[in-house]
Amino acid sequence: MSGTFVGMPAFPEAAREAVGNATLRGNLRHATHTIRAKRARAVAELSDWAELREAGRRIKDHTLRHLDRYLEQLEESVTAAGGTVHWAADAEEANRIVTDLVRATGESEVVKVKSMATQEIGLNEALEAAGIRAYETDLAELIVQLGKDRPSHILVPAIHRNRGEIRDIFTEEMGTWGRPAPEGLTDTPAELAEAARLHLREKFLRAKVGISGANFMVAETGTLVVVESEGNGRMCLTLPETLISVVGIEKVVPSWRDLEVFLQTLPRSSTAERMNPYTSMWTGTTDGDGPSTFHLVLLDNGRTDTLADTVGRQALRCIRCSACLNVCPVYERAGGHAYGSVYPGPIGAILSPQLRGTASEIDASLPYASSLCGACYEVCPVAIDIPEVLVHLRERVAEGGPAVRQGNRVLLKPAKGHAAERAAVRAARWALAHPAALRTGQRLASRTRRLHPRTLPGPGRAWTGTRDLPPVPAEPFRDWWQRTHGGKDTSK
Amino acid sequence: MSSRERVLGRIRRALADVTPDGRPYEEAVGRGYLREHGHRTTEETVELLAENLADYRAIVHRADADDVRMLVMRLLARRGSQEMLVPPGLPPDWLAAADPVWIHDRAASTPQQLDRVGSVVTGCAVAIAETGTIVLDGSPDQGRRRISLIPDHHICVVRVPDQVVSSVPQALERLDPTRPLTWISGPSATSDIELDRVEGVHGPRTLEVILVSGAA
Repeated sequence: MSGTFVGMPAFPEAAREAVGNATLRGNLRHATHTIRAKRARAVAELSDWAELREAGRRIKDHTLRHLDRYLEQLEESVTAAGGTVHWAADAEEANRIVTDLVRATGESEVVKVKSMATQEIGLNEALEAAGIRAYETDLAELIVQLGKDRPSHILVPAIHRNRGEIRDIFTEEMGTWGRPAPEGLTDTPAELAEAARLHLREKFLRAKVGISGANFMVAETGTLVVVESEGNGRMCLTLPETLISVVGIEKVVPSWRDLEVFLQTLPRSSTAERMNPYTSMWTGTTDGDGPSTFHLVLLDNGRTDTLADTVGRQALRCIRCSACLNVCPVYERAGGHAYGSVYPGPIGAILSPQLRGTASEIDASLPYASSLCGACYEVCPVAIDIPEVLVHLRERVAEGGPAVRQGNRVLLKPAKGHAAERAAVRAARWALAHPAALRTGQRLASRTRRLHPRTLPGPGRAWTGTRDLPPVPAEPFRDWWQRTHGGKDTSK
Repeated sequence: MSSRERVLGRIRRALADVTPDGRPYEEAVGRGYLREHGHRTTEETVELLAENLADYRAIVHRADADDVRMLVMRLLARRGSQEMLVPPGLPPDWLAAADPVWIHDRAASTPQQLDRVGSVVTGCAVAIAETGTIVLDGSPDQGRRRISLIPDHHICVVRVPDQVVSSVPQALERLDPTRPLTWISGPSATSDIELDRVEGVHGPRTLEVILVSGAA
């Protein structure tokens, strides 16, 4: 749904509005705290969690360092198993490939498994423009689609909606997309799920084309893996005659055995379960079982640019579990929409500005959408050092420097709006190199502390617009140290 | 230049800083994690499977090889299913002679036809105790992926202890990646509405697992 995000205000502005919405904050707080506590219990069950996390990190790092080799191997395996592999350098090309493939089947509607990659490239909108209707079949995605809304969480995209809102959306919108909601639908989750079951089943049973992403692709065997809970994924991967999977190139793992790591860490990190209810694995096509035609679209769309950044490339280890969202104090208050991208939360704050570049205001603001508390790094099952990448991206935004965009080396200019910050840092550098001047300045500041304004004037106003100005102490630290002999006051 | 060449070229340029590493993959990636968690006897492993299946709201039954037929009958009668879908290679011992009507899945069976059947009975390829998971691999006693998906009631027969392993790593060792695989942990479920867990959205709302001992 990238198109929807064009013109999105920068993070601070969007977050301020979200924080003022009491319902949203209540929903988010309840949801994130519930998953957070459950996840901690699920992880504690495995005494070798640290080793699994380290193995996951190493597998992903190794794969990224030899990505060309493993993609070629994957292509070979998928082709040998009866699939067709396509390569897409960007969103537009991926959308064109998929649209052409659907058109070739003669169908004008498709069923979709929830997929971050297809959201990232705005596939539903591209298909709609080509006269093809794409039905989202994950319950939360259905709620979002019917509500003409945007997802706000990687795992539970309708986390910002409560049951009453969902009931209203179903009652009003289901009829325009297919089977209407039952008369007298209440807001109990069981009834709402049943309404979705009936609404979608007619679509599953007649669908000829299914579109999915994948959680993993095994280079060695050509196997694709989709994990899910509801069975809508199984429906889309099993019943249609044609299956088209759009998958980011970073989702490849070298060997079948590697799945033993991720099938232990992913469910526990994401839904806090020992295992998600359903996992489907398919290798090309199988006679008489599942789609008879299988297309794999390998998507770049900024991933190779991310790979070129030696600090930022670790973001490509992400397995989209969303654990970092649920522990993030900033996400918990601002919600997913404020991030203005399909990848919200801490991982979104480092992934989106790398995939899309930092040219837009929202992308330049994302590396700042963090308190750098480090909770996201703690829970990450592939040990992505998100704070490290955030700081690195902040530096790039403020200072500019070399980067790769669409495969080309470019020199980024410093972003607008950071001039005051740069001036402040320059001034600080000078002051710290001149101790006498620093001491005089500090004493002056202490003596005039009662006269200080609560917000900074001039270019500093932007900084204090979102922060409280720290109070200046009554005397500088160095004066205090000298007076008390480093805390050992002899008068005692 | 094709997009394939373009993407591969970008990758190679992006990795210019990476020094070639001739070590074989298995050496480059250490695997310090456990093959299974804790030490259990065979009986304890089966017990753990039963516990974890039940924890995920599957209904667990135990039977001797001789009793499976009667148990399946009882479960169907309780359910009120008139028709029962079966994969082509289901052991005949598991099928009762009398009612209900057995419907064999055929390649020509349309999704609509399958949708009219209330229950399905299958075997499995392997079951994982630590996670409460059964895995189907499309073998003749399990049938096509769709038959365990469309009916609302799935009875799965697990041969214990032969088909039970402790952990995910042990399960992967036993499976053939070239087969169509479905891993099932409890019935279909969603937590998308205020994180309240609701069983059964699109897959079977009821999963009954029969742990059968003494079967060949």
